Amino acid sequence: MTALVISEHDNSELKGATLNTISAALQLDEEIHVLVAGSNCNTVAESAAKANGVSKVLYVDSPEYENFLAENISLLIKNLSGDYSSILAPATTNGKNYMPRVAAFLDVAQISDISSIESNDTFQRPIYAGNCIATVTSSDDVKVITVRTTAFDPVPSDSGSAEIVKLEEINDAGISQFIKDELAESDRPELTAADVIISGGRGMQNGENFNLLEGIADKLGAAIGASRAAVDSGFVPNDYQVGQTGKIVAPNLYIAVGISGAIQHLAGMKDSKVIVAINKDEDAPIFQVADYGLVADLFTALPEMESKI
Amino acid sequence: MKILVPIKRVVDYNVKVRPKADESGVDLNNVKMAINPFCEIAVEEAVRLKEAGVAEEITAITVGESSAQEQLRTALALGADKAILIETEYEPQPLGISKALKSIVERDNPDLILMGKQAIDGDNNQTGQMLAALLGYPQATFASELKISDGKAEVTREVDGGLQTISINLPAIVTSDLRLNEPRYASLPNIMKAKQKPLESLSAEELGIDLNPRISTVKVSPPPEREAGIIVESIDELVDKLKNEAKVIT
Repeated sequence: MTALVISEHDNSELKGATLNTISAALQLDEEIHVLVAGSNCNTVAESAAKANGVSKVLYVDSPEYENFLAENISLLIKNLSGDYSSILAPATTNGKNYMPRVAAFLDVAQISDISSIESNDTFQRPIYAGNCIATVTSSDDVKVITVRTTAFDPVPSDSGSAEIVKLEEINDAGISQFIKDELAESDRPELTAADVIISGGRGMQNGENFNLLEGIADKLGAAIGASRAAVDSGFVPNDYQVGQTGKIVAPNLYIAVGISGAIQHLAGMKDSKVIVAINKDEDAPIFQVADYGLVADLFTALPEMESKI
Repeated sequence: MKILVPIKRVVDYNVKVRPKADESGVDLNNVKMAINPFCEIAVEEAVRLKEAGVAEEITAITVGESSAQEQLRTALALGADKAILIETEYEPQPLGISKALKSIVERDNPDLILMGKQAIDGDNNQTGQMLAALLGYPQATFASELKISDGKAEVTREVDGGLQTISINLPAIVTSDLRLNEPRYASLPNIMKAKQKPLESLSAEELGIDLNPRISTVKVSPPPEREAGIIVESIDELVDKLKNEAKVIT
């Protein structure tokens, strides 16, 4: 039985989420193929071939895949699907966008955001913002799955030697056009891959005060995140958001500053190894999940913390 | 332009749900139900398009049990013109819901289908994309801005790295993210008026839709509990614990 893993990349780099997804696929099937579809993305195909456990990389290089438009990439995956017992993608915004389209083309139900694999048809997945864990069984022949990447350790990416097979598959649905990306430029690690995250909430009061997190983030090599309240208030852009509908993270250390701890935020970070909460309200729900809580005014606590780490 | 807005009845977002004691499902006894927050944003966006003169007619639709009429009335009170309930005995799943919606789209030919990106109960994030595939329509998911002109929709989408803007040909499916708009509150006169607006009731069986669940729930369990932590008294103590007890910083 063979699984097809859809890679996540930006046409120059293979994203780590792919390695977590391969790890999940290896629990399901013996043989793993990885699809690299993009434009001028041969370096991505080479990286994917080095991932452990992969036997074949399907490499499709054509302009209509450059921006991962769901209309085009879902047709490609549908055309390739015949040989596979499972098709997996990371539950990134790309995977969430094109994968249900693939499932509907194949007339199968998608199993979204799996956090554990019980057998080749039974999976665990969080529902209700992670307040419940559902164990579900799929009766479909092909399993179309998105993977919660924080729940699966990445496979090593240095010793694989998969065959790269170049395919000529042109699928331009012609109904959608890319206009532009406005992506944040940052030297910090990506939120979903960071070892340490420091996040700010409504208590930060404005965007400028996020500078107080920067110094600590610099010292710890941390990524900076935010609660929905902070994003909605315009303090920071949307790609900072951690939570049920933002990014799901599970770093070694998560520092929540001025975040009350709504269940929708907890859904995105409560699998972190160590959680620190700094909040002046001692009744804030965030303290119920924090390993270390400090009841303090963040405007004095943060500069002190920066000087002492 | 006609807009179809599929909505879902879900547990109110403020309720912290728990599994039933026998783990056979989620305990929904006496919990407050509401329109899914993302669906409410979709309704609001449709109403704004109508107020701007871009759209003429808004139809809200749901697939579910008859009690979902309540949420359709909410959509009508917010400004939808009419509503459709497709009744089913099954707890519908995204693939089945998209098939039911497809049959109505083919009957009524809306130019735009505006819906929430996910329902906060199942957290599946599938139905809009599946409906787009079944109809062969383009899709713009996770929308934070929507402009309609010349038979196209220009949509800014919230993606992992920031924002992406795409243009899609109508008819199309757009799914709303949190920051597309802030929904209004329904006024009392509008709530009263909503009671008089037309609500069409159909059964999935008479539409010939297969709503058989493909995914069955074996059990629903509570998530692993975190051990209760401690309150530290100072930054010095916090830094010491992180270095020497948790060993997560050096």
